[in-house]
Amino acid sequence: MNFRKYLVLAGVTVFAAAGDSMLSHGMKQVGGVSVHHLQGVIFAVANPWIAIGILLLLAFFATYMTALSWADLTYVLPATSLGYVLLALVARFLLHEHVSPMRWLGIALITGGVGFIAGGPALTEHPAMEGGGLTGQNVSFGDSAQSGILTKDASHATHTHSGAEL
Amino acid sequence: MKTLYTWCAILVIVFASVVGDVLLAHAMRQVGDVGALWRRSGLVAVIRRTLGNPNFLFGVMAMAVAFFSLLFALSWGDVSLVAPAAASLTFIGNAVAAKIFLHERVDRRRWIAAGLVAGGVALLAG
Repeated sequence: MNFRKYLVLAGVTVFAAAGDSMLSHGMKQVGGVSVHHLQGVIFAVANPWIAIGILLLLAFFATYMTALSWADLTYVLPATSLGYVLLALVARFLLHEHVSPMRWLGIALITGGVGFIAGGPALTEHPAMEGGGLTGQNVSFGDSAQSGILTKDASHATHTHSGAEL
Repeated sequence: MKTLYTWCAILVIVFASVVGDVLLAHAMRQVGDVGALWRRSGLVAVIRRTLGNPNFLFGVMAMAVAFFSLLFALSWGDVSLVAPAAASLTFIGNAVAAKIFLHERVDRRRWIAAGLVAGGVALLAG
């Protein structure tokens, strides 16, 4: 159960990054969309890269909604922080975009800041990444889930925990 | 000019995303634990209960606005600028909005982190 929830958070990260990258690649093929020809955006969907990107973003949406059903917004969002690193790697090595040192630093700052928010003590053990180093957060998830306590109690447990951690 | 377009699109993305995220988070809190509901009543019940939530529908509309703004922004700027910039600014907006509208606890530590993120965005723009 725990593993499943971390899998969901990993899905949020990967699907978002992969989807955005597919869209970027597709839109570069389609070319710039003029403000005076907004319908160009509609036709852009015919591009296979964009179609795949949209499918991936739908998968992102499903996992995101699932995560939001049992976790705080400010808890779920940090899980996507790894996606920025992933995006930079994809942009550099698959899309061959230029990523300057300043941008790398910016991406590092963003990731650091978001990781900071993700929960202080659990900073180095990112929930979406390391299944082994899990602390109190998943315990509260797992306990409430395994004992069959229903939704409101589960989200409440999450909430009080993140509150206690601060 | 393209830079201006890109940043305008990013601002629209951020505003629409924050509105959408808050509405969706609120909706899913009302729906409750999707996994538990699925085991209890099946997938159809999950979908029906989610789609029947007005907050969810308004949230999706806001996300659609954000999505099309993203398409524009991605056609004008690099993915390694647009995606992190929009996402991190959205994160700060969400921290504020989550505190005000969702009553989540956002303390000094989180504001410092928000500053770090904002600094990162400034570097991305440079």
